[in-house]
Amino acid sequence: MELGVAKQEVMGLTGDEAVAYAVKQVDPDIVAAYPITPQTIIVERFSEYVADGLVNTEFVPVESEHSALSTCVGAAAAGARAFTATASQGLALMWEILYIAASMRLPIVMAVVNRALSAPINIHCDHSDTMGARDSGWIQLYCENSQEAYDTTIQAWRIAEHPDVQLPVMVTLDGFVLSHTLESVRVLPDDVVKRFVGQRRYIRVVGHEYKEVPLVLDPENPLTLGAFGMYTHYFEYKRQQAEAMEKAKRVIEEVGREYGGISGRTYGLIHPYRLEDAEVALIGLGSTMGTAKIVVDRLRQEGMKIGLIRIRSFRPFPREELLKSLSHVKAIGVLDRAMSFGAYGGPLFMEMRSLFYDEESRPLISDYIYGLGGRDMPIKLLEDVARDVKRNADRGRVAEPIRYVGLRE
Amino acid sequence: MGEEKLTLKDLAAKPDLLAPGHRMCAGCVSASVARMVMKATRGPTIVATATGCLEVATTILPYTAWRVPWIHNAFENVAATASGIESALKAMKRRGALKYEHVDIIAFGGDGGTYDIGFQALSGILERGHDLLYVLYDNEAYMNTGIQRSGGTPYCAWTTTSPAGKVIPGKPQWKKPIAHIVVEHRAAYVATASPAYPLDLIKKVRRGLEAEGPAFLHVIAPCTRGWRFPTNMGIKLARLAVQTCLFPLWEAWWEDGHPVYKLSGPSEAIARRPEMKKPVEEYLKPQGRFAHLFKPERKEELLRRIQEGIDREWSLLLKRAGFA
Amino acid sequence: MSIKISEMAGWREIPVAGVAYRPSTESKTGDWRSFRPIVNEEKCTGCALCHFFCPDGAISLVNEKAKVDYDFCKGCGICAEECPVKAIEMVPER
Repeated sequence: MELGVAKQEVMGLTGDEAVAYAVKQVDPDIVAAYPITPQTIIVERFSEYVADGLVNTEFVPVESEHSALSTCVGAAAAGARAFTATASQGLALMWEILYIAASMRLPIVMAVVNRALSAPINIHCDHSDTMGARDSGWIQLYCENSQEAYDTTIQAWRIAEHPDVQLPVMVTLDGFVLSHTLESVRVLPDDVVKRFVGQRRYIRVVGHEYKEVPLVLDPENPLTLGAFGMYTHYFEYKRQQAEAMEKAKRVIEEVGREYGGISGRTYGLIHPYRLEDAEVALIGLGSTMGTAKIVVDRLRQEGMKIGLIRIRSFRPFPREELLKSLSHVKAIGVLDRAMSFGAYGGPLFMEMRSLFYDEESRPLISDYIYGLGGRDMPIKLLEDVARDVKRNADRGRVAEPIRYVGLRE
Repeated sequence: MGEEKLTLKDLAAKPDLLAPGHRMCAGCVSASVARMVMKATRGPTIVATATGCLEVATTILPYTAWRVPWIHNAFENVAATASGIESALKAMKRRGALKYEHVDIIAFGGDGGTYDIGFQALSGILERGHDLLYVLYDNEAYMNTGIQRSGGTPYCAWTTTSPAGKVIPGKPQWKKPIAHIVVEHRAAYVATASPAYPLDLIKKVRRGLEAEGPAFLHVIAPCTRGWRFPTNMGIKLARLAVQTCLFPLWEAWWEDGHPVYKLSGPSEAIARRPEMKKPVEEYLKPQGRFAHLFKPERKEELLRRIQEGIDREWSLLLKRAGFA
Repeated sequence: MSIKISEMAGWREIPVAGVAYRPSTESKTGDWRSFRPIVNEEKCTGCALCHFFCPDGAISLVNEKAKVDYDFCKGCGICAEECPVKAIEMVPER
């Protein structure tokens, strides 16, 4: 392996292009995808790599997202490395197969460019699409910027294919904010990426001929995948998936650290910022947390003891890491870019409230639903949120548990 | 196509790749069809199956009846799943990671998974030209969920969602001409087959596997439960379907920009000697799903319409195949 | 190497991904039968049609004669109905 950080080239890439470039370097066996705004550029760029003979990948331009993921399931079961990308309605159309891919323990990697769900039809960012898929059994890694989208797309294969994990991975990036915005992205040399991801490995299972065989469709070692499981068996497989998710936490961290060794950029389950002595903290996902860092810096200059945590891994949910990092915080402001209609708050809020239930000292937690359908979340609004959290901390209670930020009243 | 000589005796000695102990109904012809299809394999083979009777009843955990690598993904996507396997093997072969010179891929779909919910994915693989064989085992309704009508259910047939009522006498629509639709996609090889003619069916499977590009085999698969006939009658009905020209046997491929249709054995014989063609009533009468056409009184008008429909389709096929 | 997995295996022991881990031949279907096919070997010509028609793969040719595997035969009667020389008879199971 690498002994040190590899020499890296700086490229001007949009988030979509950064993902496509990472996939090109990984050179998976198959990419099956269908275009949808704002993911389209990923498919377009990758088609160019295929057309120019820069990859060995079999590109399958399917007739729907449902078939995109179905094709990946077949390919991954046949032993291939498979990749797809989608957004919003496309992810919704894949829904049925999301669960199947995860339950069949197929290490597929998918980029999801976050976009609001219809209706009304909207092409801009929020997290409704992937949040709806949070219980599908996929690992979900949310990226803050295009650099991270590049870096995470490479790491995703190592996580998905790890013998203790064997689960599909979603790499998410915010629609337009990241997907269509040019950034300077430091890219690794091809051979370094190739060595980092290595070859796909197969775990071994006991098949119906009572032999231990690789978990892959291989005529020499026939295996039945996708069988009919009644109440006698179904439950046990679900418990196994839960266990794999639990083990994925360590793997995500290990892979993120190892990647740091070759790139100088280390990744974990959560990314805290100026949290050490913080009384109040913001917590959220995706590109908004980049803006939130500026807000933290500004308010720190005013003397507010504030920090933040960006959650990178929403699934598996980094329970222990969050408890440890937030134990000293008085009040938390949760930034939810998705709604769970009829529930008490957004998806992240529910996780955070539940997280602290067993703790002796519980921080005050309030929810700020923002940015739906691409609604802007400027510094000013984030400052308002931070000050609201501070007020909760000062008065020792949450005045209003769930607020809508940037909404016209 | 260089053809290996296939004989029933030799094939009988070949071990079953769909093993006994599966849980398909007694007298299930779909099971016979699947066994025959698997008899025709010629080397390393991977099978994908759409949700349906064949899928559920052959793989009830912890058991499996399949002796080849087998995958079930969902209902509407067996074509896409199979295309993923095909593409994967192609890519793996290109980078020297495949230990086989070639692997045949067979996708099984029922009528629901093919005519209806799986139609889009099927059309997709045909357009993209994946090299695999799609076998439609057509029992003409959603049997796995308890006999609901599909795009493959014939005119006037009773199902639980096209009941024979006081006003509407069974399914008001005609059967979708699925195999012709596939031909028009410029598929490499398309054929119809009946399990009443095992050697014909097996040879067509083999040709489908040998064809380069997407091949499609439409097999009629009488269902004892759904068609309402005694368990011993399935093969007989599969034969009557051919003898009445309701389900004629043919093959089609493309040459110089034109479709070439060729009638197979029994159907070709009828084309040459039209007096051999049996009236459709012989096929309808033994089936409970058509009982309302005969009881409490004969529905002459409907019977006439059904016969006319068959005659019309048959003459269309005769033209395509160069007869008439 | 043969690895058996017990009937009551827990979630840690059951192979992952929902792969099947027993062959269907361990699950006998002969007890579904209410009629039993009896082959008259005198009449049987060994044409093998019954072998192909049988939905259950329960008929094989042994010394060119049809032989029924009663472990799996479900008694549907297709073989008897289809035998071109009427060499198979269905008799009620007792």
